[in-house]
Amino acid sequence: MKSISLLVLFSMISLSSGCSFTGVKPWERDVLAQKKMQLDTHPLDSYLDDHIYYSKENSSGGHGVGGGGCGCN
Amino acid sequence: MQLNKNSMSKSKKTSQSVSRKKPKFIRSALSIATSTMLASVAPVVHAASDSTWEVDSAILFYSETDRITAVEPVVKVRKEIGEDEYVGFRIVADSLSGSSANGAIATNSAQTFTSPSGSSYTAATGETPLDPSFHDTRIALNGEWETPLSKAIKGIFSINASSEYDYESYGVAANISWDFNNRNTTLVTGLAYNSDTVKPVGGAPTGLNTMSATKTTQGSNLNKTVTDILFGVTQVVSRNTLMQFNYSHGEDDGYLTDPYKILSVLDNNGNLISGAGQYLYEKRPTTRSRNAVYWKTVHKFSEDVLHLSYRYYWDDWGLNSNTIDARYRYELGSGHYLQPHVRYYQQNQADFYHYNLVDGSTPQYASADYRLGDMTTTTFGIKYGIVLDKGQEFTARVESMKQSMGGSNQGPDVDAIILQLGYSLKF
Repeated sequence: MKSISLLVLFSMISLSSGCSFTGVKPWERDVLAQKKMQLDTHPLDSYLDDHIYYSKENSSGGHGVGGGGCGCN
Repeated sequence: MQLNKNSMSKSKKTSQSVSRKKPKFIRSALSIATSTMLASVAPVVHAASDSTWEVDSAILFYSETDRITAVEPVVKVRKEIGEDEYVGFRIVADSLSGSSANGAIATNSAQTFTSPSGSSYTAATGETPLDPSFHDTRIALNGEWETPLSKAIKGIFSINASSEYDYESYGVAANISWDFNNRNTTLVTGLAYNSDTVKPVGGAPTGLNTMSATKTTQGSNLNKTVTDILFGVTQVVSRNTLMQFNYSHGEDDGYLTDPYKILSVLDNNGNLISGAGQYLYEKRPTTRSRNAVYWKTVHKFSEDVLHLSYRYYWDDWGLNSNTIDARYRYELGSGHYLQPHVRYYQQNQADFYHYNLVDGSTPQYASADYRLGDMTTTTFGIKYGIVLDKGQEFTARVESMKQSMGGSNQGPDVDAIILQLGYSLKF
């Protein structure tokens, strides 16, 4: 129940945000263009973390698709 | 999120304005400390570059207390071959060795097991049984082509292959993103398909049959397909804030059982039964439908950046989980930064998870793999990075991971240390 509540909360925030935010002008993208502002600043870190947690837990997906499989026993 | 390449040059101006800002005392102190440690390195922040080659490399050391140790080097090379068009190649080699929990429970007497290859090993009184014969080397390759499909639409197409002693995987993936609303909103869709082959040592045991050196098997090469689809939206919220929301769905089909895991069978008094049938091979369903919703925001404060994400996962095995991940990049000045990391994962067990079976019960599916049980994983880490000239960046991180069992999952905690060094370069 708690999980569902959280899900609904985040969904509402995200959906309402998408509808109301107007974004920025092209000349205001200086900050967003920086590497540290990218959604995935260090893809190899993400790749290695995914491998660790895919092996040690039992959830996957959400932030991307593709990348390959492993036995991970 | 595809950002306008022309705006990259503006980041230099921002970096300069950052460096002019009067540093706080603690920021200055930490900067001096790290600069001293790397005295021979002359950092330059966010230098503009017309590089066409990008090389990204890392090596991971992963070590669990009394269990698995892994070393995993990875190199990715990317080259710009046209206007916003790139090809990339990644190679990974990971080497694993150590002991892995076989699924049986600790008892008040020593226990002897048959390993997949037919040899035997013993767990001492009161110790969780660990199969010590676990070792493997895996090579994984990935090729990627990123290309504009129109002025506002970009495609990323990739292929991947990996091979280890008892597992092979081949896959393709496509991700399409569409920028609109003055490139402030991006819709993303992704599709991936993997065809895997499981080649268990000693063959795949027939599920819920007795563990034995002369086990009956259901074959030595079993197939599994994994199909994933993703829909997402990324929104520029403000000059300093970016937000992403994704939904992904996956379908697994084929041999999804772990051929090396077993379950203990107890009598009504909680003691291991005597004679044959003490230990049974696990058995999982042959299909799985997975779902996840994912939310992430990136926000820049005066100089520092927060990356915060949440994922809710659920599937038709009855397993669900919550994952919260937070990274705070703390700028020390002169290109140095520290990034604390906290990750919290909480999982509710699959329907067919059993810590053990009771004699006489006849479940359709059963597994005692602790990774299917109630658990939480807590990770604390810190990363140090320095941005150097010519697009170079050096990083080092150390993290501590702890898995704690809950509910009917009475297995011991799993503790691990994660160390990683990284180096990237553009030329």
